[in-house]
Amino acid sequence: MAAEPDLAAEGLLGPREHPARIALRRLLHHRLFMLGAVLFGIILVLGILAPVIAPVDPDRLVMRDRFLPPSFAHWFGTDNFGRSLWSRVVWGAQLSMFIGGAVVAINAIAGTLIGAVAGYFRPLDNILMRINDAMMAFPPVLLAIGVTAVLGPSVNDVIIALGIVYTPRTARIVRASVIVLREMEYVQAAVAAGAGHWRILRRHILPNAMAPLIVQLSFLFAYAVLTEATLSFLGLGAVPPTPTWGNIMAEGRQYMTDAPWIIAIPGVALMITVLGLNLLGDGLRDVLDPRLRIQQ
Amino acid sequence: MSRLLEAVALSKHFVLGKKGVFARQAPVLRAVDHVSLTIETGETLGLVGESGCGKSTLGRLLIRLLPATEGNILFDGVDITALSAKAMQPVRRAMQIVFQDPYGALNPRMTVEDIVAEPLLIHGARNDGETRAKVGAMLDRVGLSARIGNRFPHEFSGGQRQRIGIARALILRPKFIVCDEAVSALDVSVQAQIVNLLGDLQQEFGLTYLFIAHDLAVVKHISTRVAVMYLGKIVEVAEKSALYAAPRHPYTRALIAAVPATHPRERQAARARRAGVSGDIPSALHPPTGCRFHTRCPLAIARCKTEEPVLSGLLGGHQTACHLVPP
Repeated sequence: MAAEPDLAAEGLLGPREHPARIALRRLLHHRLFMLGAVLFGIILVLGILAPVIAPVDPDRLVMRDRFLPPSFAHWFGTDNFGRSLWSRVVWGAQLSMFIGGAVVAINAIAGTLIGAVAGYFRPLDNILMRINDAMMAFPPVLLAIGVTAVLGPSVNDVIIALGIVYTPRTARIVRASVIVLREMEYVQAAVAAGAGHWRILRRHILPNAMAPLIVQLSFLFAYAVLTEATLSFLGLGAVPPTPTWGNIMAEGRQYMTDAPWIIAIPGVALMITVLGLNLLGDGLRDVLDPRLRIQQ
Repeated sequence: MSRLLEAVALSKHFVLGKKGVFARQAPVLRAVDHVSLTIETGETLGLVGESGCGKSTLGRLLIRLLPATEGNILFDGVDITALSAKAMQPVRRAMQIVFQDPYGALNPRMTVEDIVAEPLLIHGARNDGETRAKVGAMLDRVGLSARIGNRFPHEFSGGQRQRIGIARALILRPKFIVCDEAVSALDVSVQAQIVNLLGDLQQEFGLTYLFIAHDLAVVKHISTRVAVMYLGKIVEVAEKSALYAAPRHPYTRALIAAVPATHPRERQAARARRAGVSGDIPSALHPPTGCRFHTRCPLAIARCKTEEPVLSGLLGGHQTACHLVPP
């Protein structure tokens, strides 16, 4: 009889720790991830609590209070129509979070679907990826402008436009993972056991393709927020007076020398959001993506 | 003994490179080229050859992990070459595979219990106490424990992972298992444990193995018969004792001579025998004409360059594909 491995000696019979908990603990010890989480968390909480902490209507015009610098009465000052910048920036945070979240959701679903199909069913790969390449050949802002020109200038149209712009990028990342994973021996073992395509995708391929996808989605959130602000700034996003950061900055641009706070404050808010999400994404990548972890 | 599996003129060609509109004729790699072999119920057929000779591809063809380009596979008397996925389902129960890489063969996101239970669930078992009991019993049988079911693969050593892979292959009670370099990635001491375990399980469950390896010593220990492959072709098949005692094909002789001597007194003789074969295996994209081994064969004659030798001898007996070996 073959010698038996001593399982007890290796601690394999005692209580165990779930891999998700190990990943969480590593994230909590990752300083830059935590900094990113705090920065992004601030903006997220401001957006969610907007009705509570900024009760003043962001669109209310008070013409005698124009161009007031930041003070105790007006935390972020007022703009050229005497609107409270605090209210406008906080409500703008809510819009940015909503748009970012919606674009991420669209990408997570559509990108996974297209990427999984292209990577797994190779005959479809050529067709899907050539369409993908054609979409990716356009600069993101230009393509987004094109799509909003067709759809219209509402927040929902901007979300759809950004979803269309970024889905090919997400699909490409999922496809790359799927192509690697479908050749793994555990997938071959599932085929040998008689597993169908759906089971193989759901149980073996997609769970293992999640790590790079999550990392990508955290960066994508930042791109979506940034591109939306760019569109608004160019006057091609949600129409004024919708309090998006891009709109506030576009209006403040004319008064930059006399009332710099109008353009600076939403700009800083945008910077905090993007910086926070990038640090968050870097941290997730360090912890979740084993291929990049080795380099540390 | 009855015949469990028979391959008739089986080929696998891989078309390489782009198949786009602008591509010229794509190169074709003949990984397995007109291979015929038989495997008897209850035996272990060792399959040896250098890396890249097509032995893993052949193993995967036989259990229909890869579709064959040409030829036929008969399993239990039924031609399974072209069976639909649905018709293959009962056949899949009877043929399983154990892989080389104990790290790539287990899904890192599934628990050991889920990994071993999956084949049962695919074949209609319910995820209940009965299934879990079966899984636990199988884990016990391969030298692990039912209590490790909730663990993830990364917590185990290479040998332990290989045991999990064996448990997964055995849970459907198959008749035939392809061991694709199943012990090649393991330490020598662990190799011996796994080889012994495979031997015990063969006795207990009446298994038939195709044991693929590049290590002749391991194959010698476990095999009943041995087939030697070179560049997609089988060059010699024989009973283990005949093959090791009196190898006929120059390539087989070279392989056996290349086994390092374990005793100082044998070293001199081993060194003398080793003379002859040198160089690397030629590319399977452009295999040599005639006998594929003639570029490295110390005994090659003019005929070897032009005429391809066929595997001759009694089917199931000692067969050799060489012009210099009388049939």
